[in-house]
Formats: sequence, C-alpha cells, structure tokens
Amino acid sequence: MSGGLYSMQSKEFDKTLDLKSVKPYGDTMNDGKVQLSFTLPVPTGEEAIEAAKQLLKKMGLDNPQVVFYKELTPGYTFFNCYGSCNHEVDFTTISVPKVDSSVMDMHQTDDYIKENVGRSLVIVGASTGTDAHTVGIDAIMNMKGYAGHYGLERYEMIEAYNLGSQVLNEEFIAKALELKADALLVSQTVTQKDVHIKNMVELVELLEAEGLRDKIILVCGGPRISHELAKELGYDAGFGMNSYADDVASYIAQEYVRRASNKNL
Amino acid sequence: MQSKLGLDFKKVDHARELAGKIAVDIQGFVDRYSTVAVERTLCRLAGIDGVDDNMVPLPNIVVDYIKERGVLSEGVLFFIGNAMVSEGLSPQEIAVKVSSGELDITRIPFTSKEKIESTLNPIINSSINKIKARRERRENYIKSMGEGPRPYLYVIVATGNIYEDVVQAEAAARQGADIIAVIRTTGQSLLDYVPYGATTEGFGGTFATQENFRIMRSALDKTGEELGRYIRLCNYCSGLCMPEIAVMGAFEGLDVMLNDALYGILFRDINMQRTLVDQFFSRVINGFAGVIINTGEDNYLTTADAFEEAHTVLASDLINEQLALIAGLPQSQMGLGHAFEMDPELENGFIYELAQAQMTREIFPEAPLKYMPPTKFMTGNIFRGHIQDALFNMIGIWTGQGIQLLGMPTEAIHTPFMSDRYLSIENAKYIFKNMRKIGDEMEFKEDGIARKRANEVLDLSIELLERLEKEGLFSALEKGFFANVKRAKNGGKGLEGVVEKGDNYMNPFVNLMMGGK
Repeated sequence: MSGGLYSMQSKEFDKTLDLKSVKPYGDTMNDGKVQLSFTLPVPTGEEAIEAAKQLLKKMGLDNPQVVFYKELTPGYTFFNCYGSCNHEVDFTTISVPKVDSSVMDMHQTDDYIKENVGRSLVIVGASTGTDAHTVGIDAIMNMKGYAGHYGLERYEMIEAYNLGSQVLNEEFIAKALELKADALLVSQTVTQKDVHIKNMVELVELLEAEGLRDKIILVCGGPRISHELAKELGYDAGFGMNSYADDVASYIAQEYVRRASNKNL
Repeated sequence: MQSKLGLDFKKVDHARELAGKIAVDIQGFVDRYSTVAVERTLCRLAGIDGVDDNMVPLPNIVVDYIKERGVLSEGVLFFIGNAMVSEGLSPQEIAVKVSSGELDITRIPFTSKEKIESTLNPIINSSINKIKARRERRENYIKSMGEGPRPYLYVIVATGNIYEDVVQAEAAARQGADIIAVIRTTGQSLLDYVPYGATTEGFGGTFATQENFRIMRSALDKTGEELGRYIRLCNYCSGLCMPEIAVMGAFEGLDVMLNDALYGILFRDINMQRTLVDQFFSRVINGFAGVIINTGEDNYLTTADAFEEAHTVLASDLINEQLALIAGLPQSQMGLGHAFEMDPELENGFIYELAQAQMTREIFPEAPLKYMPPTKFMTGNIFRGHIQDALFNMIGIWTGQGIQLLGMPTEAIHTPFMSDRYLSIENAKYIFKNMRKIGDEMEFKEDGIARKRANEVLDLSIELLERLEKEGLFSALEKGFFANVKRAKNGGKGLEGVVEKGDNYMNPFVNLMMGGK
C-alpha cells in the first residue's frame, strides 16, 4: 500500500522555489505532497480504495495513495491518503486584509493608554446569542488569560466587563450604554449552519438603529472568524485562532486614539 | 481502605460533614418551594402529554393556566385530582379541555384532600410502575448481555438530526463506545418547555424530546443486541426543564443524565433558587430510575485554572454528593465530575493531574466518576490534541475512573466526525488494554510530588468548605467562590417560575420514589 515509501523513481521536476507558483512541500521543493483523511459512505474493499483514489485525482492530486483504510461501520470507510498536488498558487499577488495596529504587550498597552487617552478604556465582552461557549471570551478577558497572555481584566488601564455566555444582543447593548463602553467584544464559537453570522449582523443593525455604531469600537472573535469576515459583517476588527488579549487590547487602544485624533483634525 | 496518596481519611470525613451541613441548609429552602418545571413534571407523571395546535406542550398550558390565576402554590396535582373527581375525566382529557378553554380547573368546588389522593392513586402507581419496569429492563439487559468494562467509553453525537445521530451512534457503539450522549441543541437549556416529537434541525446538537429519546434508545437496544453489550444513552437534565427531562428519560430508559444545578447557575446564568428546587426533584426521579447522574465540576476548570482551582472541584463534588444523597440518589449513581485541564506547558502537569484523579477516586470510592478530557488547551493542532487525549486516557485507566468522556483530536474545530470518534475510541482502547493494571502495579513515592499535591488540594478544599459553611451556598455563589463566576440570588433566568408551596400542595412522588419514607 505504501509503495511510495522508499521510491527510487527520479523526481523529474524543477526543484527551485518560485513564489509565483508555490506548491505544497513534503521533503523536496515542489514535490506537492499533501496528506489528507476522509470518510466515504461506501462499504470497504477494493472498490472503495479505487473510489478514494479517483476522488484524490479529481482534487488535483497526482500519484494518489491510500495508506490506511478502515470500515467505521457498515457502509462507511475511512481513508488516510497522500498525493502530489498539481495546482500551484502565486504567492506574490496575495493580499489579505489585516487588523492595522502593532501588537504591544500588557505594560506597553497600559502605558500607551495612560499617555494617549489619559483614562481607562471600558471594554464589554460577551458570547452573544444562543452561544453557550465562554472559552473564547474568557481566554481574552479573564485575569488569568490564556497561554501566558494576561487577560484584559488584568490591565491597569482597561475596565473589562465579561458578561459571559448567551447574552442577547439587546441586553448586550443595554449593558454597553450603562457602562459607557468604548469597545464591545463579541465572541462566537458555535458556527454550525452559520448561526453566528445572523447573530453578528443583528448586533450591527441594532447598534445602527440606536445611533451607536460609530461611537463604539466593535470587535469580534472566535475560531472561525477572520478580520476579512468581520469587516464584511460591519465590524471594525476580527480576531481568529491564535489571537490573545495583547492583540485585542493593542488594537482597541490604537484605534481609540486614531479616532480621537481624527475628530480633533 | 489504604490511601495510595497518604490521604488522611479523617480529614475527608470532616470535609464530608461540612458539605453535609451546606446541603442540609440548601434543602431547608428547597423543601418549601415548587417551580413551573416541577409542576409540569407532575403533569407528565399524571399522564399529560402532547401539544396544542401551536406546538405548545399541554403540561405548559395547564401549569401556565394555574399560574396566571395566581394559585400555582397549591400545585397542579391538587387541581387535576379535584377536576378528576368532579368531571370524571382523565388528566389528559382535562388538559385538552383546559387548552381549549372549556374547563376552568381552578373554579371547581374543592372536594376533600383524601378524595383527591385516592382518585390520583391509580395514575400515580401506573407512572411509578412504568419507571420501575424501565429500570428492570435495563438491569435485565445488563445481566443477560453484559456491558463494557470501566471506565465506560463515552462519546457524543451532535448532528442536529436525530436520524443522523442514530447512524453516528450505531457506528460509535460498534467501534466500542459504551455510552452515547446526544448533545442538545445550543440554547435548549434556556427554553422553559420541552419541544415535542422527532426533530431534524438543531445547532451544535439535537433537541432533547421524549420522541428523540425513544428513537435513540430503540436504536441502541438493537445495536446492543447485535454486539452483545448494553449501550447506555445519555442526555442533559439541566437548564430550565431539569425534572421534566428526568421524567422523560425515566419513561424512555435513558441511563445517564447530566444533572447539576451549580453548573446551570454558573455557566448558563439560571437562577439559583429555581434550579436548586428543580434539581432536587430531578435527582429524586433519576435516583429512582437507576440513572447515573453526571455533575459539571469539570467546567470550573475551563474558566478557572486547573492547578490553582482544583480544590473548588473537590469541594463542589462533595456538596453535590450530599445534595444527591438527600434526594435518595445512591453513590453508585453519582458520576461526579472532574477534568484533565492542566496547561500542557506546565512542568509535571501529568503528575499533578494523576494525583488529583487518584485523590478523587479515593474520596469517592463507590462513584462512577465522570472524567472530562482536555478542552481548554485543545488547538487546531489535531496531532498534538490526539496526544493530549492519550495522556488523559492513561490517567483514566491508571486511577480507575468510571466514565471516560473521550476527547476528540478535533475538539476545538467541529462537532465530531464519524472518523474522529473512531480515532478517539481506538486511542482509548489501546491505552486501556495496554495499561489495564497499571494502577495496581504503581505506588506513589513518600513525600513525592503526587502525594503532596493530593494532600494540598484536600486541605484547600476543607478551607473552602469551612468558608462555604459559614457563608451559605447562596451567598457563596453571589460572591464568586466557584469558577470565578458571580451570580445574584434573584438574578438569572427562571426566577419567575418559583413559587412557595401552599396548604393544599401535594407531590406524593417524592416519598414514593425515595422508598416510601
């Protein structure tokens, strides 16, 4: 099955890196090696393996190999596969919208706020809608923080309010008004069937209806959220996986100062 | 029993005594109150089921009707029993007439309490017998077919569609799962009613309905027979419909139920008065139905730190144990919760975790402890995640946990694929088999890291329990003693559904289910 393991066949392709046509890298430049696993709803056997290989070819994978397969339950077969990708991308023309701020650590952000704002910034966060997950908002806001990055509650110059989970948008806005929030953090973890999109858009619409949208820095985060998606939905910034309180706090502080100086122009 | 960790069991007894006092204090409150959920449960136990044209469950219609007329304090059984005497109708027929507006059960002249009780008796007995028969059915199955060894392998299905869940559940059972938990749809815990019928649409899970329970139970019976191994079914007896879900589970032969008021208070912002009253009756039912309850202490460690806050988990387990005992639920049905949530970057984290798991095992020797996998530190790196789950499985087998909630390599990404479940079950089976007797072979070094850790956690728990006992549980929850979360006694969801019991109030099921005491 693993015929390619000690393959002596010559590797007849250009082995120089060209950022205009980038391919996956296994152990040789431009070998295109990709590993993937999936389940097909078919009974196990030679036909199943052949089906998996044909699928790999359609995905643009040459020399498709099924290195492991297992019938999970009658009629469903799981595969581990390898292949060489015959597509490439032009890395030189890629442009991705990013949060436009430089990342500072907690002390730098505190100092920055002291110097440039002169008072604490009020940040209110919640996991909104029906979403019951607090993992994301807690990682950003709780004193302890996450993976060595202190949460917003520990910042001297940030007044952080974590409203927890399943907070309705209306309730969220009411609390933001009561606390005179400078920024709102919306955490969305459950994204099945795009339930988060509807909820996030609703918040923007409610804020606009109340005439609050421009007065508040609106930030969202979650494992399936990107800055690009956030902008599309009418948010100021979005933070995906591997973002920490540092990223969020530096952005909010700098964005606040940017807006204040625009107003003074 | 000799402690492998050098635990002083006198200290454990002291901790238990403190927890007992805290629980008795709470029960003093609970005994005086009922809730809309408890009353709807009594409707169901009286045989009321079904929905009106707008899909509103009849138990809700009857209970809301009485509540709107300001007489919920007398309890729904009093009015239904009274109406049965005067109208000669069954509870279901009465509910239908209340729904259609043909009958005002609060305005029928009252007959004697004795007459009401004797009229209700056959209906009460029939529900009691129905639940008993369900329990015996499970016991017979286990006797004749057997079951998997402990720790039971527990996996979730969460497609949103009960029929798709069945496909996933059957596959998991064939791969070796012992318990299938059907995750509920996001937000169901905050619904103050239980939806009706088979459902195929949910977010991140499937609605808990009696019909969905029936569909899954019958599928697992079939698969269990094919495999010669009883497969347990788990659902969620939490949120605003705790006792209702308990009774539906009892009717349909569910085996395991998440059932923890503290969890609802802290993580779902459910009002503490409401949910503690609901919890008591739901635990009475679960105890009687032979259902293993799972408590949610593991969740504390998703918000608070697993090393720093381990003692809050133990303290809460002890309180949950005492609250369950008051409801007549034996230790052998207590799946008290704890979790493997140490930061993977923590040096010797595995040893600390091993110590805590062994400590929990020794303090609750009879309980089928529920051990939760890593979640907080699971990332998109599925390869490392699979190893984190392997370490978790080693501790599970080493310390003899009761229920191993299998971690999925894709924990932080999506609800499990069929293949994720396969990989996880394979991981657990491999480790359990290879390390089956490791706990018998290994001892913990005198003055070593593990012994020190376990004793330290016990001491901290006792300190916390002493403070809790002085403070009272309500006030402690207001001050954020658990999971760093603060909740107001009159805040949260569902307080409007709490009512003080009146002179005519009756709930004969509590005594009957607790053994006629």
